[in-house]
Amino acid sequence: MTDPNWGLRESYSFDKYAIHEIRRAPSTGLYRIRGWGAKRQLPTFDDLVFLGASVSRYPLEGYREACDTSVVLGTRYAKKPIKLKIPITIAGMSFGSLSAQAKEALGRGASEVGTSTTTGDGGMTQEERGHSTQLVYQYLPSRYGMNPADLRQADAIEIVVGQGAKPGGGGVLLGQKITERVAEMRTLPEGIDQRSACRHPDWTGPDDLTIKILELREITNWEKPIYIKCGAARPYYDTMLAVKSGADVVVLDGMQGGTAATQGCYIEHVGIPTLAAVRESVRALKEIDMHRKVQLVVGGGIRSGADVAKALAMGADAVSIGTAALIALGDNDPHYEDDYRAIGSAAGYYEDFQAGNDPAGITTQDPDLAKRLDPVKAGHRLANYLRVLTLEVQTLARANGKSDVHNLEPEDLAALTVEAAAMAGVPLAGTDWIPGRGY
Amino acid sequence: MAGGSNVTVLDLERESLRAVNRRLQTVGAGAGPFRVSNPRGAHALACGLTAGIEVEIEGHTGYYCAGMNEAARVTVKGNAGVGVAENMMSGEVWVTGDASQSAAATAHGGLLVVEGNTAARCGISLKGGDIVVKGNVGHMSMFLAQAGNLVVLGDAGESLGDSIYEARIYVRGKVASLGADCIEKDMGEAHRADLAALLERAGCVDADVGAFRRYGSARALYHFKSENLDSY
Ligand SMILES: Cc1cc2nc3c(=O)[nH]c(=O)nc-3n(C[C@H](O)[C@H](O)[C@H](O)COP(=O)(O)O)c2cc1C
Repeated sequence: MTDPNWGLRESYSFDKYAIHEIRRAPSTGLYRIRGWGAKRQLPTFDDLVFLGASVSRYPLEGYREACDTSVVLGTRYAKKPIKLKIPITIAGMSFGSLSAQAKEALGRGASEVGTSTTTGDGGMTQEERGHSTQLVYQYLPSRYGMNPADLRQADAIEIVVGQGAKPGGGGVLLGQKITERVAEMRTLPEGIDQRSACRHPDWTGPDDLTIKILELREITNWEKPIYIKCGAARPYYDTMLAVKSGADVVVLDGMQGGTAATQGCYIEHVGIPTLAAVRESVRALKEIDMHRKVQLVVGGGIRSGADVAKALAMGADAVSIGTAALIALGDNDPHYEDDYRAIGSAAGYYEDFQAGNDPAGITTQDPDLAKRLDPVKAGHRLANYLRVLTLEVQTLARANGKSDVHNLEPEDLAALTVEAAAMAGVPLAGTDWIPGRGY
Repeated sequence: MAGGSNVTVLDLERESLRAVNRRLQTVGAGAGPFRVSNPRGAHALACGLTAGIEVEIEGHTGYYCAGMNEAARVTVKGNAGVGVAENMMSGEVWVTGDASQSAAATAHGGLLVVEGNTAARCGISLKGGDIVVKGNVGHMSMFLAQAGNLVVLGDAGESLGDSIYEARIYVRGKVASLGADCIEKDMGEAHRADLAALLERAGCVDADVGAFRRYGSARALYHFKSENLDSY
């Protein structure tokens, strides 16, 4: 018997998701706003492999020979640089987009393994300050909740120019998440759809930014490292200008980077992949002899120790993680499958961070849902996840004969696709061909 | 400031910006008064002050003068560059000349008085501070302003109060145009009283409250609707 479905051909251009979106638009009249990051297939670190050791290079013994993972951020100007035990930091995620419990859990997890966490749009909460041994304070265009006392309480300051999910885009926090506490911290009426500006209110280009950095240093006695966070737009130029403006650290976020709420078209179509961005940023730093002097923190789609190791091999000093950290806390947990189904989603697919109805209690301001997350247990889960990433990075570093994870280098890598070879600037596996570098 | 012998003079020709700021940032309330001489457009001057001290700057200043001010009373005897009193929390900043763009940007509290004019985006993203400008203000003033007051004795440039939230604007002169979602509103008794108090604090004793018009948010853009497309 013939299967009748064999004759049904799904259009490659108009696939089910495309048809769904076209059908959704006329019914709502609004573009889709969602959380998570880019969901389509992109070139990633998976397109690179480590070469490992053999006759030409010898490896280090996995469990016996030491492999250093520590890193210091902010050595250029700051009197008090940030010292991390592992090269993996927690990215800035706002209180407002996340519950207070989730922020506390992030602080607990990061502190347990000796790394930093970061505030976000909407200001600093005491939950996260209290539970984070090293806290980076974001200085954003909206300046919601920005105050000099918190600036002085922070261990580093991150000037947010953009993030990978939406380089050049401002923020939105939809009304359902603007509870009394969030509204008060942001000086806004409760329940309105709140916009965060896309440009800073008192500086525009790199010359102004230089003076802004001077002001921030003057106010904090030149103690704190100043990071500049950019979405991956034109990373070669953006990195150079960030360094010229006086950054101690450049934070570069590729297009896969997560978000709390952004237009779907922005998430999927603006910015370049992390893989391509790192190479450009490192090239800029090397050209101006600032590689390792200004540290580079790379984010956007980091999931595993292999991703971390590859980012480091390409020249990053550390990475930052957002989505993966939320998953480690319990986001998209199959335990809540029924609840996900009830809101039209499924564990593993949930992306409506903007909606405030997160069954896992992480991206919500609903007190009953937020209670589902135990900050102590979730924090410990995050710490364990960070330990696993660190062990994986060490394993890969030793496999390439490195006693410090920062000794990993592009020469340890090969690309599996021509695209990745061109973007990462490493040879296509089995050849010594790097597209664009002649032959 | 009285010119008495108790004035401490900090000379930027002889001392570094760091030294002058550090001194002003670490003294206790009641110290001074201080006079800063030879500012010559220095940036980030007298920023991050936290004590209720009096500081008079003898000349023009650069960007972010008195930025993030708390409690102090800072007077600029001249013009101020971009972002004077940005993110002020409390205290008072007076500019005897003109102020550049983004004056009192994001200020959460305190009072900025500009005797002359300000350039564009005066009071941008204001979060509770008060501003009195005796001359005119440039375009896009009070863009995205959330709370606080702007009083303009002269005229306002284009797109005044664009995307404004709950902040209030009082203008005595002409308004070139109103920005998205900003409308003229009634002057109630409470508004008159607020305005009179602000004028008094700014030393505008002769200004007639009745000559001002009030502007604020129509609150039509508080929720996203595609029907609002024409407004943006
Ligand atoms: C829920 C959520 C909230 C976020 N909030 C902010 C924010 O307030 N400021 C910011 O710079 N980035 C924000 N981001 C982006 C992260 O800082 C980071 O750039 C991104 O998550 C990294 O990519 P990854 O999620 O793939 O690890 C947010 C991301 C998420 C998932």
